[in-house]
Amino acid sequence: MAQIKLENISKKFGRQTALSDLNLDIADGEFFVLLGPTGAGKTTTLRLIAGLDAPNAGTININGENVNEYSAAERDVALVFQYYSLYPHYTVRQNLEFPLRSKVRRLTEQDISASVARAAKTLRIEHLLERKTDKLSGGEMQRVSIGRAIVREPRAFLMDEPLSNLDAKLREILRAELKDLQMKLGATFLYVAHDQVEAMSMGDKIGILCDGHLVQVGSSQDIYNRPRDTFVATFVGSPAMNLFDATLSNGKAVVIPGSLEIPTSGEAMNHLRERAGKVKIGVRSEDILLDSSGPLEGRIHGVENHGVEKVVTLRVGELLLRATVPARTVLELDSPIRFAFNDKKLHCFDAASGQNLIFGD
Amino acid sequence: MAAVTSKGQRLWNRMLVATVFVLVIVFLAPLYWISSTAFKPRSLATTVPPTVVFEPEITPFIKLFTRRVQMRGEVDPEVYEEAEWYEKRVLDAGERFIKDADGNIESSGYWSRFLNSIIIAVTSTFLAVAMGTLTAYGFSRFRMPGENDWLFFILSTRMLPPVVVAIPMFLMYRAVGLVDTHVGLIILYTAFNLSFSVWLMKGFIDEIPTEYEEAALVDGYTRMEAFFKIVVPQTATGVAATAVFCFITAWNEYAFALMMTNSKAQTAPPYIPSQLGSGITDWTVIASGTFLFLLPVAVFTFLLRKHLLRGVTFGAIRK
Repeated sequence: MAQIKLENISKKFGRQTALSDLNLDIADGEFFVLLGPTGAGKTTTLRLIAGLDAPNAGTININGENVNEYSAAERDVALVFQYYSLYPHYTVRQNLEFPLRSKVRRLTEQDISASVARAAKTLRIEHLLERKTDKLSGGEMQRVSIGRAIVREPRAFLMDEPLSNLDAKLREILRAELKDLQMKLGATFLYVAHDQVEAMSMGDKIGILCDGHLVQVGSSQDIYNRPRDTFVATFVGSPAMNLFDATLSNGKAVVIPGSLEIPTSGEAMNHLRERAGKVKIGVRSEDILLDSSGPLEGRIHGVENHGVEKVVTLRVGELLLRATVPARTVLELDSPIRFAFNDKKLHCFDAASGQNLIFGD
Repeated sequence: MAAVTSKGQRLWNRMLVATVFVLVIVFLAPLYWISSTAFKPRSLATTVPPTVVFEPEITPFIKLFTRRVQMRGEVDPEVYEEAEWYEKRVLDAGERFIKDADGNIESSGYWSRFLNSIIIAVTSTFLAVAMGTLTAYGFSRFRMPGENDWLFFILSTRMLPPVVVAIPMFLMYRAVGLVDTHVGLIILYTAFNLSFSVWLMKGFIDEIPTEYEEAALVDGYTRMEAFFKIVVPQTATGVAATAVFCFITAWNEYAFALMMTNSKAQTAPPYIPSQLGSGITDWTVIASGTFLFLLPVAVFTFLLRKHLLRGVTFGAIRK
């Protein structure tokens, strides 16, 4: 198994910069999720590690060894693609055997069939072995394609949004299976996702990538509760964090003079007491508490029913805030309502740089 | 209203059928003419109006493969009695075989020309498709400076009518001793077909997602292994279509074959009309030579017709 380390990686495509000065450290046996919007450079990172593209600058280390000059075949990592990319003219068995028949490995026929049988059993695709790949469903295809990765016991697994083409139900099942598989194999996984639920539920560690920069690395708890900047704060979490402009002065954050003012005496904002100037305040939807004795007042602008919970949009002046409340809460459109912010969970960002002023470093 | 429409519709359909019918006749008539003449007795070959109903015979083909002379006077009954069936056919037509000192019938040049055609067309097709596929793969998968200019350059080799370069080519070939050699024609036809093969194959290879090869690269294969194990099987249709087109071009080529070869490496197309001038013009022999020459391409094309259609609509039109 392997530990992967990227140092100062830059990659340009023509004039476009895909990655700039990226540093990434993935420990042995870790499930690392690289999360970011489309075009952030996630797939590029995977391709660089797999050896399908070469970086313009920086070094890639696997197990402490610089592999920049190694070909994809020599790196001994497995890659699962977003589009299943099973070899279409082969059967499932032939697909699974394919990596084992490489000249790099030189295995006996017994070893090959034993490995295929083991991988097929792990992924429960034994009944599909003799089938042509174009006769498989999407979920089966992605299982086979994961099988093709695990069959040769590579040093690390790279997965490029393998579940994004599956329907929601199947995605949920395979998500659990993949996590389970990773635990069982004890293998290093680098998993690329643009879906934050996928990242949160699977990753031991999550790296947030934006425009070729790694913005924050941490556990899902960390990322969710201590976002480093406004990008991470709004990208992770559903509904997205409420973010609005405010001015700090005299121990208060003034959002709307007179009607929406937050004292900085609360636990989270406490050490910003001395600060003055423009900031952005962030509140997660679950940290807006409907409370008839709350200090703030707004009107109910809209209600979305999500089953287990309701997402209420509150209007205060021109400002719209989204709050999550239990589904049984009775709400009437356009009626006035009182609420409070959970002052332990408030976030405050610098208005210009977007850096978190409370947890920033 | 509905009746009027359907009436017009019916008329239109009839006109379409009639047009197709006329077109079919126009295209098939020469083919029928050549094939029927190939089986006619010589006396019926040039009748006006043309003879449509006749008893087909094999004599033109016997004549095609042998050398004969016109006989003066009657055939010796003893000789006729001892002759094999094929010799009798020729004697019946008032000709006799030219035989060597051992009494073996001398062969006309047709069979060796036909063989030359096969050797040259097959080899040049193989080379053009193989080199074209590799080149197209390179263009399809790797970015390089001036890539489109290179592709245009490759295409531009086809922009002049080939005959324009015939004389310089001939002079060059004479200087290096390639005139009347198999290698000479193979090089020439490969060069003709290569640009076409590159462009057509690029269309096909562009259609194959790169993920397949990349998966193979990561799975422990070299670029070349990935090319042969993944790309080539996937593009079998493209290879088939390109091969048919290249083969037809090389097989039918006339002008350069006429100029660059005269005996040893001569192909069938310049040979067949060369028989026109030698003594009497026996159209049935010419027709039988043409008929045999048509067969390989007809069979080849018929077998691969689905690929051909796909090749035209899928490989060539995109981009």
